Amino acid sequence: MPHDHHDHDHDHDHDHHHHGLSPSGHPYRQDDDAPLTYWQRMEIAVRELLIEKGVTTAAEIAGQIDLMDSRSPANGAAVVARAWTDPAFKSRLLDNAGDASREMGFDIGPLHLIAVENTADTHNLIVCTLCSCYPRNLLGLPPDWYKTRAYRSRAVREPRAVLTEFGLDLPDSTTIRVHDSTADMRYIVLPARPAGTEDLTEAELAELVTRDCMIGTGLPRTPQTGATAG
Amino acid sequence: MGGDAAGPVPMEGHDFALWEKRVDALMVLCSSKGHFTVDGLRRALEDMGEDAFEKHSYYERWIAAVNQNLVEGGVYTLEELATRMDEIAARGATYGEAARG
Repeated sequence: MPHDHHDHDHDHDHDHHHHGLSPSGHPYRQDDDAPLTYWQRMEIAVRELLIEKGVTTAAEIAGQIDLMDSRSPANGAAVVARAWTDPAFKSRLLDNAGDASREMGFDIGPLHLIAVENTADTHNLIVCTLCSCYPRNLLGLPPDWYKTRAYRSRAVREPRAVLTEFGLDLPDSTTIRVHDSTADMRYIVLPARPAGTEDLTEAELAELVTRDCMIGTGLPRTPQTGATAG
Repeated sequence: MGGDAAGPVPMEGHDFALWEKRVDALMVLCSSKGHFTVDGLRRALEDMGEDAFEKHSYYERWIAAVNQNLVEGGVYTLEELATRMDEIAARGATYGEAARG
């Protein structure tokens, strides 16, 4: 399972109760257990001033956080699984990914969403070299590595080397297309349906669709690895 | 920075802290209410200079950019901000105490 080596969430070799790790096994940032920082004070001040000026309310902020927390790669996985099982939907998705996703009830907002399809000879990878633009309405907030200088710099310069770091070694004959996102134009990768999945239901197929395979830094699970993934 | 040389992609992640989620929410809400555009945020982020990307975390840069756009937009003044940040410092030593939840 080439896409699992960096997947801290599911790495059962880690001791999840180790001191300094969160319940999901991530290290806490230093600023979570350190004294109040200048930037945290700024966040509190800005938020309080916005509420006092009537720009927003505490309830509206809490609601927005809940909404963002509710978005996860499972949304994108449902879209991918639908495209794998419904050729007409796939055609609409590749034509206008925003409208096709809205059909399934996902709020895509005003941005332009483009689905790029992996085929037998082409692999797609998405990046935002400018900052962190990401199909967040379908995948939730981007992983930290997506926002790093290293990923953003190198994805466009040496995508094959970057993919190797993610455990993905593609043959030289595979064309790699790198898509640079902008604030108004976001991409999502439509991975190729794995072989041997002909008998799976749409819901079972969605279980195979990982976050990374919709960014292009991974491939979908196969039914065999899907059964063992945590 | 696309195309610049850089080291290996760091794979470690972290759980978002409450204050980071709040920055994200303020960015989305103020933007949807028309108080600034994504381009306005980008301009503020770019103005911070390249070393800001080394010295400050992602949401530290974003709250700075949100704040700058709100001040420029006249939503509140720099003085109001400074006064409030001083008050907040006096409330307690941790985020929970200072944010009052």
